[in-house]
Amino acid sequence: MITSIRGGNLLSLNNVSKEAILEVLDTAESFVEVNKRTIKKVPALKGRVVASLFFEESTRTRLSFETAAKRLSADVLSLAVASSSVKKGESLRDTIATIDALGIDAVVMRHQSSGAALQVSKYVPHVHVLNAGDGQHQHPTQGLLDAFTVRQVLAERRGTSGLESGAELFQGLRVLIVGDIRHSRVARSDIAAYAALGAEVRIAAPGTLLPSSLEGWPVTVVDDFDEALAWADVVGLLRLQKERGTGSFVPGLGEFTQSYGLTLSRQKLLKPSALIMHPGPMNRGVEIDSRVADSSQAIIERQVANGVPVRMAALYLTIAGSSEGSDND
Amino acid sequence: MTNYILRQGLVHSASGEEIADVLIVDGKIAAVAKKIDAPSGTVEIDAKDCWVGPGFVDIHTHLREPGREEAETIESGALAALMGGYTAIVAMPNTEPALDNVALVSYVLDKGARTPIDVAVAGAITQGRKGELLAPMAEMAELGVRLFTDDGTGVQSPSLMRRALSYAKPLGVTLAQHCEDEDLAGGGSMNEGEYSAKLGLIGRPALAEELMLLRDLELVKLTGAKMHFLHMSTQNSVALISAAKKAGLPVTFEIAPHHFTLDESACSDFDALFKVHPPLRTKTDVAALRDALRDGSVDAVATDHAPHAPELKDLAFDEAPAGMLGLEHAASLTVDAVGDGNSGRFFEVMSRGPARIAQLRHSDARVRHSGQGGDLVVGEDANLVVFDPSAKYVVDRDKLHSRSTNTPYHGRELRGKARVTIAKGRAFNEQGEIA
Amino acid sequence: MSSTNERQTPNGGLTFFAKSQLLSADDVARGLKRMAHEIVERNESLDDVVIIGLQTGGKPFAEKIVELLRDISKSEVPLGMLDVSFYRDDLSLHPVAKSAQTIIDEDLTGKTVILVDDVLYTGRTIRASFNALSDYGRPNAIQLCVMVDRGHRELPIRPDFVGKNLPTSEAEAIVANLEGVWIGEKK
Repeated sequence: MITSIRGGNLLSLNNVSKEAILEVLDTAESFVEVNKRTIKKVPALKGRVVASLFFEESTRTRLSFETAAKRLSADVLSLAVASSSVKKGESLRDTIATIDALGIDAVVMRHQSSGAALQVSKYVPHVHVLNAGDGQHQHPTQGLLDAFTVRQVLAERRGTSGLESGAELFQGLRVLIVGDIRHSRVARSDIAAYAALGAEVRIAAPGTLLPSSLEGWPVTVVDDFDEALAWADVVGLLRLQKERGTGSFVPGLGEFTQSYGLTLSRQKLLKPSALIMHPGPMNRGVEIDSRVADSSQAIIERQVANGVPVRMAALYLTIAGSSEGSDND
Repeated sequence: MTNYILRQGLVHSASGEEIADVLIVDGKIAAVAKKIDAPSGTVEIDAKDCWVGPGFVDIHTHLREPGREEAETIESGALAALMGGYTAIVAMPNTEPALDNVALVSYVLDKGARTPIDVAVAGAITQGRKGELLAPMAEMAELGVRLFTDDGTGVQSPSLMRRALSYAKPLGVTLAQHCEDEDLAGGGSMNEGEYSAKLGLIGRPALAEELMLLRDLELVKLTGAKMHFLHMSTQNSVALISAAKKAGLPVTFEIAPHHFTLDESACSDFDALFKVHPPLRTKTDVAALRDALRDGSVDAVATDHAPHAPELKDLAFDEAPAGMLGLEHAASLTVDAVGDGNSGRFFEVMSRGPARIAQLRHSDARVRHSGQGGDLVVGEDANLVVFDPSAKYVVDRDKLHSRSTNTPYHGRELRGKARVTIAKGRAFNEQGEIA
Repeated sequence: MSSTNERQTPNGGLTFFAKSQLLSADDVARGLKRMAHEIVERNESLDDVVIIGLQTGGKPFAEKIVELLRDISKSEVPLGMLDVSFYRDDLSLHPVAKSAQTIIDEDLTGKTVILVDDVLYTGRTIRASFNALSDYGRPNAIQLCVMVDRGHRELPIRPDFVGKNLPTSEAEAIVANLEGVWIGEKK
């Protein structure tokens, strides 16, 4: 169990403790303040080099991470591997060795294969590795920013701050995650984060889009999606990954929307206080109706906005972190 | 030719075991007795505290020649086998190109004949292992090929498999199947279950293996042809074949050391060293295979020795090729699984059983092959192993004789080691040939 | 004080054993009051003064100073808090402390900023705070108010208002809060 990501890597949320997750969330609160200033930059990582290595293109996540690194004053080496000469088939070890030779402190990497970030962390143990999504395995910063956003919104409603509330707002919080859980790294990270913080997590999906085994998953599968909607405090939707061949797992997008899409009529089943989330990019009209996505219950834009402070916290803690104490000076 | 005398080992035969001397003259066993006065010039080999028995036979070795000589050659693979206590191996046909014709089979046999051990060949069932058209099995059988397989993948088409069995039956050869329905395995890279779901890796379900096994058992029933099942990996597979055997079907099966020593949890770190087809299964399956090994259900332990160049195992888990080394540690892993005192089962699954399946015994002897898996009786070819069941060592991948290093056991302490291997009458230990 | 009195320095960091109490709560209160008067004397008007406490040790002192200024001059001086973690040059030794957020609600351009901290030592926190403050505007002047100056400066920094000068050795640690000031050994 990882009790703090300070000075380490961020590869997965599966084996990360509640304390470690809270540490990231709390640190991110400080960076929210930085992001509100006219000068949105602190010198914390001045002179450090962060390589952003996207074997699979994702403009949103890459921009979010690179913005985070730049606001910490790190130098960013951005390698769009997906479109460079590094082709599928070159060993990860060779690719990372080449980049490491340039002198880097951290790698932010996205890869189409599950486990790729963990493999890289073994090849370059002196470099901090932050997983920006590996295959169908994990997307830890998404899990962290989703939990951060939920805490932020719920704390605001109570008139307190996320920082002061710690993990308290997650106690017994009812989270429903819907859609293509089988192929989703976001679902795996979200479930780990919410469960570690004390929430009760349920999942809803067509049988084909559930994982092949749920042994060891801190979730229950709901039988009746509509009932579960009335139960939930938070509804997390997932992107139906058409490009990954998910199409053959459901008879058609229309039928999926019919049975598991968050339509306008289903939105009425939700508690008025329930929050609607989506990691993006959305398939409007498939997993979520456009009007639902733009309604006041949806906090999707806040998720996007919180990407930067949460990733700043992850970069700051892994690269600059150390658990040594401080002295008065 | 050097003559040897093996002193005071526990000499193993099908009928039992006793401490005795074994005299080897001109590549044949010349005498077995409590105490032998060796003629002058005979090289003495101390076999005290060792088991002396028939040399091991691996009926499932991937030599990468021709095509992938950077991973393994016939010569390097044979040396790894010799050091593991093997006196014969059967080379699998999934080379590049595949061993699907007389010319390629001859090439491997010729090169194999220049190694210290017997190198037999398994021919492909279909041309290019493509699963479309039958390969010329009769011609290859004339060269001495007795096993045919498309291993690497199974023959997917039921009608083609039926045809292959009908065609093979009168040739006196055995078809060996890699049971995995590729449609159901769905491009997966590890066992489907708890771990694959958590790790986000596509799983290969146990059912992919069992469904093809069930299909083929029915085809055996239909055609009456002999069939051997490669690397069976699940509890259910073992139960299915055991039932079929009881019902009188002419079927045999092997299990691989990695399947009875490692389980799916080994894939948790995404180290492609642990990627293999069929995949490492559950702890329950591992336990069931170990039971089957002890209770006599298993016909053979076969290594599925699959060398891969390091750069390929450095690929991401789902992109890396499947397979791991086996020849140099299979005997240690097997002796651990059958239990210390069980030399009878040990030699049955390591030597006699596989020799019978691949038709490599003295009574099967044919061109280029000496007799394997036989009893230690006067007149048998001297294919023997002096095996120390209690020798401990730590696996070091940099000290292997294979050209590749993809062993999953690096750093592990194992027990049981071939001290001397006598292949075709020549004795070898780690220092080389004993003369 | 018991010689085994275990205490924590601010910032959630070092634990140390308090050997002896150097100042009582009354001493601290007196020191603060005197400094508040000095601030009023030194600055012609408090209209453009902003008090900024340094997280986390300076926070209670800054709050107290604002209170005292209210009593003395009947004017409400704005209060802010500054966490300099992200501006340090010795970063790895100073993790971000929980509840150590920066709260500065106004543009500091043209203001007189009075930084308040508990203990002045090497001066590195103060140096980092100059960098941090410059990201919130361009103050007309920055003044420094500390409860304890324990010496051992590594930078050319001198406080404008000092509660108490306490010569110490580098092996010692100081804890200062509204209840008093202790000296002890680093653990």
